[in-house]
Amino acid sequence: GGLELLFGSVKCHEVELDSNEITVEKLLVWIRENLLKERQEMFLKGKSVRPGVLVLINDYDWELMGHLEAPIKDKDSVVFISTLHGG
Amino acid sequence: MVRQCEHCGERRQALRRPKTGHKVCRECFFQLLEDEVHETITQNQLFKKGERVAIAASGGKDSTVLAHILSELNTRHDYGLDLFLLSIDEGISGYRDDSLETVKRNEVQYGIPLKVLSYKELYGWTMDEIVKEIGRKNNCTFCGVFRRQALDRGAALMKADKMATGHNADDMAETILLNLLRGDIARLSRCTAIMTGEEGALPRCKPFKYTYEKEIVMYAYFKKLDYFSTECIYSPNAYRGYARDFIKDLEAIRPRAIVDIIKSGEDFRISSTARMPVQGVCSRCGYISSQKLCKACVLLDGLNRGLPRLGISRTRGIKSTKGVADIDEKSTVAEAGGNGFSKKLSLEF
Repeated sequence: GGLELLFGSVKCHEVELDSNEITVEKLLVWIRENLLKERQEMFLKGKSVRPGVLVLINDYDWELMGHLEAPIKDKDSVVFISTLHGG
Repeated sequence: MVRQCEHCGERRQALRRPKTGHKVCRECFFQLLEDEVHETITQNQLFKKGERVAIAASGGKDSTVLAHILSELNTRHDYGLDLFLLSIDEGISGYRDDSLETVKRNEVQYGIPLKVLSYKELYGWTMDEIVKEIGRKNNCTFCGVFRRQALDRGAALMKADKMATGHNADDMAETILLNLLRGDIARLSRCTAIMTGEEGALPRCKPFKYTYEKEIVMYAYFKKLDYFSTECIYSPNAYRGYARDFIKDLEAIRPRAIVDIIKSGEDFRISSTARMPVQGVCSRCGYISSQKLCKACVLLDGLNRGLPRLGISRTRGIKSTKGVADIDEKSTVAEAGGNGFSKKLSLEF
């Protein structure tokens, strides 16, 4: 949501990862290495997302599930929403 | 680890509210947010029955959610307001023309009439033309000054009694910080007011003053509201960006920091020895101003006379301190001094 430009202007990506269960932290590493086309600092900061980017797993706030430790299972959908723009 | 909503105890938790730390379900979130905005409106007496209110709309997240919630509350609590959308076209291709399409859709979706005013018709310049003239630094200064006036003009044209803007808690905290960083005491003393301009100019209020940006975005997402979500192509150099990054880092560590900064800002008391500008009117256009010419006239003058630094470089004025030279002044003098390269002189009359 609002971050498409960093990912080749494609809004939705269906991806397949190697292991069956990963955490958001591992997903971010994967994204950085495989999907992030440009300007990493717009999306990532350190091990996490840039502050101001919201993360939802199956439409549930990742803050309820342990932030970076939140588990992601097979067929889950993860949404990243940016709040960093004009209103 | 699935838990029930802390408010209703029935449905599953969907998000954690930053202001309170409460973990609530989607439905309770909608209700709590709408009730809080309603309380902000009533406690601060933002509106009077029968008022004609312009909702400053850009098609972005805040103004779209504002239009949605305000029209909802207007009906639900019988505010009796005559609402309409007011949009300003700054003339930024690839940004504003797209977001205006969103406002046009909002007009249909919320059943609120829309009025669009452009910089071109008001000032004779689009932002694209301005940036070509002045470069990529300080363009937000032009845009912000022009837009504020444009909104006032548009609202007056449409016979509005009041204007509502979508400024949220994060914006307020950033502004307080910005003014602190710049030593702008006058603005620091005014910027936390939830309603401004009652003396003379059109009053404008901020129903979202205490509403977190995260909640506005989550509300829009869950309700599937139509909004435009790209950063203005000219904004990466804006000074506000630094304040915003800092606030976001603070929020990550301690979410209440945002409302606490607002509280600090509200309770600042300006020392009686601080020199404050006196509000008057612009001698040329009549708009409110603390100087002889309002900022918009100064900037426009600069553009039309090919002096893009007019109104940007500081020379004299209430803010300047003896002995502290403005960096822009220094460089202009150096350029004029002649070092073999092109000589650029900045003349101000």
